[in-house]
Amino acid sequence: MGKVKGKLGPLARRPDNSAFKQQRLPAWSPMLTANTVLPFFYIMALICLLLGVWLLLTVQSTREIKLDYTVGPCDKCHEKRKNVTSAAEDCKCTVEFTIEKRFKGDVFFYYGLKNFHQNLRRYMDSRDDGQMVGRKNNLKNPSSYCKPFVRDQSGLPIAPCGAVANSIFNDSFTLMYHEPSSTPVKVPLLRRGITWYTDKNVKFRNPKMNSSMNLAQVFEGTAKPLYWKKPVYDLDPLDQNNNGFINDDLIIWMREAAFPNFKKLYGVLHRAKKPFTGGLPAGNYSIDISYNFPVQPFQGRKEIVLTTLTWFGGQNHFLPIAYLVTSSLILLIAIALTVVWCKFGKNGKNMEE
Amino acid sequence: MTFFKFPCEFMCLPLFLLCWLSLQNEKWMNVRVGDIIKLENNQFVAADLLLLSSSEPHGLCYIETAELDGETNMKVRQSVSVTSELGDPNNLSSFDGEVVCEPPNNKLDRFCGTLYWRDKKYTLNNQNMLLRGCVLRNTEACYGLVIFAGPDTKLMQNSGRTKFKRTSIDRLMNTLVLWIFGFLVCMCVILAVGNAVWEREVGSLFQSYLPWDPPVDNFLFNAFLSFWSYVIILNTVVPISLYVSVEVIRLGHSYFINWDQQMFCSQCNTAAEARTTTLNEELGQVEYIFSDKTGTLTQNIMSFNKCSINGSTYGEGTDPLGPQPKRLDFTHFNPLADLDFCFYDDTLLESVKVGDPHTHEFFRLLSLCHTVMSEEKSEGELVYKAQSPDEGALVTAARNFGFVFRSRTPDTITTTEMGRPVTYSLLGILDFNNIRKRMSVIVRNPEGRIRLYCKGADTVLLERLHPCNQELMNITSEHLNEYAADGLRTLALAYRDLSEGEWEAWSESHRCAGKAANCREDHLAVTYEQIEQDMMLLGATAIEDKLQEGVPETIAVLSLANIKIWVLTGDKQETAVNIGYSCKMLTDDMTEVFIISGHTVQSVRQELRRAKERMIELSRSTDGGKEAGMEGWGEARFTGNGVREGQEEGGGGGGEKQLHCSSPPPPPPPPPLPPPPPPPSSNVMDSISGEFALIINGHSLAHALEADMETEFVSTACACKAVICCRVTPLQKAQVVELIKKHKRAVTLAIGDGANDVSMIKSAHIGVGISGQEGIQAVLSSDYSFSQFRFLQRLLLVHGRWSYLRMCRFLCYFFYKNFAFTMVHFWFGFFCGFSAQTVYDQYFITLFNIVYTSLPVLAMGIFDQDVPDHRSLEYPKLYEPGQLNLLFNKKEFFICITQGIYTSVVLFFVTYAVLSDATQSNGVPLADYQTFAVTTATALVIVVSVQITLDTGFWTVINHVFVWGSLGSFFTIMFALHSQALFRIFPSQFHFVGSAQSTLLQPVVWLTIAMATAICIVPVLAFRFLKLDLKPQLSDTVRYTQLVRQKKRKPVGRSVGDAWRGVGSMSEGRLGARGGSRRSGYAFAHQEGFGELITSGKNMRLSSMALANFASRHSSSWIDTLRRKKHTPPSTSGECSPAPSCVSGSAPPLSNSSSVLGGSQDTPIEEETGAAPTQHAQSVPTSSTQSSQFVTPESEPAAPQGQGHAQAVSAGVFSSSPLRCHGDSAGGWMLTLSAVQEALFGWKSISARTTASSSQGLPSVAKETSHVE
Repeated sequence: MGKVKGKLGPLARRPDNSAFKQQRLPAWSPMLTANTVLPFFYIMALICLLLGVWLLLTVQSTREIKLDYTVGPCDKCHEKRKNVTSAAEDCKCTVEFTIEKRFKGDVFFYYGLKNFHQNLRRYMDSRDDGQMVGRKNNLKNPSSYCKPFVRDQSGLPIAPCGAVANSIFNDSFTLMYHEPSSTPVKVPLLRRGITWYTDKNVKFRNPKMNSSMNLAQVFEGTAKPLYWKKPVYDLDPLDQNNNGFINDDLIIWMREAAFPNFKKLYGVLHRAKKPFTGGLPAGNYSIDISYNFPVQPFQGRKEIVLTTLTWFGGQNHFLPIAYLVTSSLILLIAIALTVVWCKFGKNGKNMEE
Repeated sequence: MTFFKFPCEFMCLPLFLLCWLSLQNEKWMNVRVGDIIKLENNQFVAADLLLLSSSEPHGLCYIETAELDGETNMKVRQSVSVTSELGDPNNLSSFDGEVVCEPPNNKLDRFCGTLYWRDKKYTLNNQNMLLRGCVLRNTEACYGLVIFAGPDTKLMQNSGRTKFKRTSIDRLMNTLVLWIFGFLVCMCVILAVGNAVWEREVGSLFQSYLPWDPPVDNFLFNAFLSFWSYVIILNTVVPISLYVSVEVIRLGHSYFINWDQQMFCSQCNTAAEARTTTLNEELGQVEYIFSDKTGTLTQNIMSFNKCSINGSTYGEGTDPLGPQPKRLDFTHFNPLADLDFCFYDDTLLESVKVGDPHTHEFFRLLSLCHTVMSEEKSEGELVYKAQSPDEGALVTAARNFGFVFRSRTPDTITTTEMGRPVTYSLLGILDFNNIRKRMSVIVRNPEGRIRLYCKGADTVLLERLHPCNQELMNITSEHLNEYAADGLRTLALAYRDLSEGEWEAWSESHRCAGKAANCREDHLAVTYEQIEQDMMLLGATAIEDKLQEGVPETIAVLSLANIKIWVLTGDKQETAVNIGYSCKMLTDDMTEVFIISGHTVQSVRQELRRAKERMIELSRSTDGGKEAGMEGWGEARFTGNGVREGQEEGGGGGGEKQLHCSSPPPPPPPPPLPPPPPPPSSNVMDSISGEFALIINGHSLAHALEADMETEFVSTACACKAVICCRVTPLQKAQVVELIKKHKRAVTLAIGDGANDVSMIKSAHIGVGISGQEGIQAVLSSDYSFSQFRFLQRLLLVHGRWSYLRMCRFLCYFFYKNFAFTMVHFWFGFFCGFSAQTVYDQYFITLFNIVYTSLPVLAMGIFDQDVPDHRSLEYPKLYEPGQLNLLFNKKEFFICITQGIYTSVVLFFVTYAVLSDATQSNGVPLADYQTFAVTTATALVIVVSVQITLDTGFWTVINHVFVWGSLGSFFTIMFALHSQALFRIFPSQFHFVGSAQSTLLQPVVWLTIAMATAICIVPVLAFRFLKLDLKPQLSDTVRYTQLVRQKKRKPVGRSVGDAWRGVGSMSEGRLGARGGSRRSGYAFAHQEGFGELITSGKNMRLSSMALANFASRHSSSWIDTLRRKKHTPPSTSGECSPAPSCVSGSAPPLSNSSSVLGGSQDTPIEEETGAAPTQHAQSVPTSSTQSSQFVTPESEPAAPQGQGHAQAVSAGVFSSSPLRCHGDSAGGWMLTLSAVQEALFGWKSISARTTASSSQGLPSVAKETSHVE
């Protein structure tokens, strides 16, 4: 401004002749001409088509099997879980199935729930991330968001608090392979390293403890969630390092699903030993289920999913089909546009007159 | 008319003298009522002043009222005699009078008040007042007493209320926001109902995992909570940031207007200024422009441009393509020449030098026949004080061509003719008035020959020529037609030689006429008529009322842009029409020009009807292909002044003079109205073809604006291509604007420079003030200001258009964006049990509108251009979408919303369908909430970014930076928010830790986003392409040609452009075409009365004349005439008063007779001790037949009748005016100044005074008065 005032003479108040102020900035003004739009449409259609075909081929190579075990062989357990009084009683059942064609490569074992709303606002909020990252203060004084699962009847703080943790899926599975000739073999499942790296290493931490203390002492003064059978520090009797808040099952459960029907990873086939080095061989299998999780009250379903993966994940037919449909639609539009442009279009003709 | 009894503050104006002995400089803001102020020449009067005294003799001073009424001629004001005698400041400081006056009002032409001083009363009227807005001219200094200041001044009272201006887009936006609110509530209700159902059916079963809130264990309560939760979540659909963004964009546009170099005027060093920042896009929608004339269209400079002498025309007739003609240099030829005078044709100068007698006589006439006063401060340094600028231009022209008017006394005129001093004796001035339309002087040259010189309107003058002039007349009138077609103001000049005998005889009859008891004016006019016969034509002059630069071009361009331009001026009809022609608003090939000048409701209504019928008739015939016949009609209808007189009996114009002086002729009996024709439906009027113009006078406008005629007026006027309203008051200007606003729902723009335009500027949607001229009243109340009318086209066609375009694109995108963003929550509601769970991370919701998407759309809203600026000036038709409101209206809004909802559907369901079943490449399912949130958010940001790239038509660096920057910032911020560092500090707040990383590394996610984007964008792209292909807008075409041109890198020529510029483009040939019309270019800004002023010698300085031997030829005083003009209906010359009812005499318009004289002497005086509210003009009705001469003699004998203390006062007054004789001595009456004063202001009062005693009440006043008479 000082410069402007410094000017003298009749042009003292003349605005600067800069491209910006005179709105003459060099600019690119694109226009939707037939030369640009039509080729773009055709190319788009082509790309979508190629992607769709490629994805479809990829998806075709995956194998997947889904077993709904809510009822059927587990009818008895299902009935049993209806009654809250018998909640503590164990119930086991076995589901049998056959794999026609072998599952090649890594095989993933999921449990699925239907009609279970992990995405309810109050449900999702009912957790205390501060507690689960190991803050001592939060451990003893869980956030009020956890209501009504903050403290038990005796007033002890619940760890981990909240509705999410309280409703943890607690069925357990043992997958057996019935080799034609010999006795059933337990299919080895890796139950570790199936979480997000950040969850396991950042988001969920046990409270800090001295080397002399064990986990149970750290969690002293807290109560287990209402529906839990075991306290949090004793979730995995086999691996001490998989206990407390950093238990993989807990972490997976705490990553809430976005939709009422969802599946969560239970384990991955451990391919160290034969006959599972190349995946799951074809044959008969059975799953021994420890049927604990009641779905009957909310009319839910439970299922088991076994699947192999490709570079873009598990079996997902929607994406390639959607791509193919999109491609054909774009192609249709492109053809229609071309016809309209040639027959009725005024673009170009009118303008160049 | 009533007087008000005032509260004390107004009644007793304390007279406070502003530090007399050391005249103090004060700011106008400090001026208070009661101050005495010294004004100097060319100063702007900034308060309503009572003129106390002036440097000129007799307390006269001259003012220019262009700011008030647009009239360019000078007006004269005189102070009350007692105060004018006070003279210098020292005496004035002892002045301690008291003024009682009317309350502040908006009538510019009236003032009633009384001055009490030294136990006497003096009536004050408008003639004593200097109103705010005037400019003091030709007067060295004057002193005035502040009567009204600040908002009480008449000007400010006229300026109307200041309104809060909002644009139509603003109003639409408010409506839409309300609708969106309704929509929001609907959505929330739907979701709440859904929630109630869900909680009852499903939620109740799910209670073991998530019990209901303990206090009210009820699904209905849950639904209630859910309703409010959704109100909070979905409120982003109501764009709070919209208003802020809109204001920011407007601010940007305002800066661009301020910065525009092409709207900078280097002469006055003024850049355009957007004084408000809220109206910019409205500039792109203007349909009606209301323009002032003086100072806006014209420069208020008259220049002698062309002349026709003895059949040959002089002046710049060279073709415009030739070399610029050289300006003549007069200095060698004539040492007395005015250096500012410009003339380009040297043949005229040659002809003068050669001594062509006709040329000499021509300029002699110009140097003699006028009422200009000269002042010669030092030898050769002449200053002319012209009452009208036209006259000044003519006399200056004569001066430069060697016929220098040097000085005058009441009965001589001294000139220097070709270097030789000559003194003519002035035998008489046959004054100008609006009916005569001419003035003459009779002079005796040193050789003793008597000659009458006459100049006047060609229509009048050519009729009075000697028959032998026929041939010359034909040639000259051809020239006159040419001049008129160029919009020049023309005057025809003629002379007549008089023999001594003729002169004697005439002067005798003239004297008799002057003494005539009744209708003196008319008798005089008849005698004038007698002598102004058989004249010899000399030639004609053409004066250019200089238009501002580029006015015709601007008007042409604007009317091509379908903008209707109305000129509203306070000036005379002729002047206004003339300007209409010179700026090409009116053209000779117009089908018809209607003039509405009726004085009664009936006649105005009839004229309007007639005009309308003609229009329909003519447009039908045009449609029927009967062009030939139509032309004939048009021809036939042009009479006299080239325009059809609307109604002979009602019009004030060229009617026959009425000699019978019976009291006001009965108003023309309302002619039996023809059975009202089936009122043409509005669509008929809309489809009128053919070019019509309407000219309406202020007094007719007053009727036309009445409630029952409004619609008729609007429908007629809007069917016309050009509308000119003349003689309108400032308030009427505003009323016209309001009328159009009300009936047409169109965007109006008012442009003006003067204080008289303030009300119009304030009431129009957009007010534009022309700055750089005198006075900044208009600028101060305007929304935009610049210094040249021609900048208007840039303001509207470039800035306005862009603003509108940008704003519309911005709004469309903004609504789209918000709907796309918010509606995802709605769809998600169906999957999350209507539990008011959001789709996105809370930070994303916060930042989406503020950070991620605000800048690209702001950049588009500020910088976007569809076509370059010069293109939009080349193709004015590009302006039309704005007027029709095509770019953003309810339909467009719904399209945007639909697009937004479509986008949200795609975003949600595609993501849902893909993710619910997908897993990461390491087997972890992708269906978790955080992945879903991140994917949807990313897809949303990408889709809306792609959309803005489609919407942006002008990619500057800034757009690139903002679009890419926004995308970049989205990813940066998201990664930052999902980082471990933040999580470690606030684990509960940033629980999305790691989501961005683990999600965006997945190819599935990107495939999903890509597909969602494609599905969102492809239909839009296809739709836009189709629209462009099948129904290209003009802007698209222009853009396309631009593109092609850029590619070819060579100009293709204008062929494409011309095709689009359409019919109206003013080709030079057409402009020059001179139709066969017989329009007169006469428009002389002159006022009656100055002839008498000169012959009375009143306006001459004591030094320049011997007062002793001046003798007034006429018994009535000049100023009386002036005053009378003020009170006759506006048709003659006075300013039009907004409410005709205030003219108490209600004289018939045509009669210029003396009946008016008495009838409208509305200067009351009360001899009662002042406080009693007195009926005003109560004595008028009976005195209507009385002419002024008889008042005094009659009232003198009446004086003794008055008893009581009033007697003394009246005696005192009389004693100051001892000379009250009247007789038919050669010298006529000898009047001293005070006698004139008495005659002016007192005569009426005397009669009143004599009858009214202090003890008598009102009724007796009236009674007694009538008794006296």
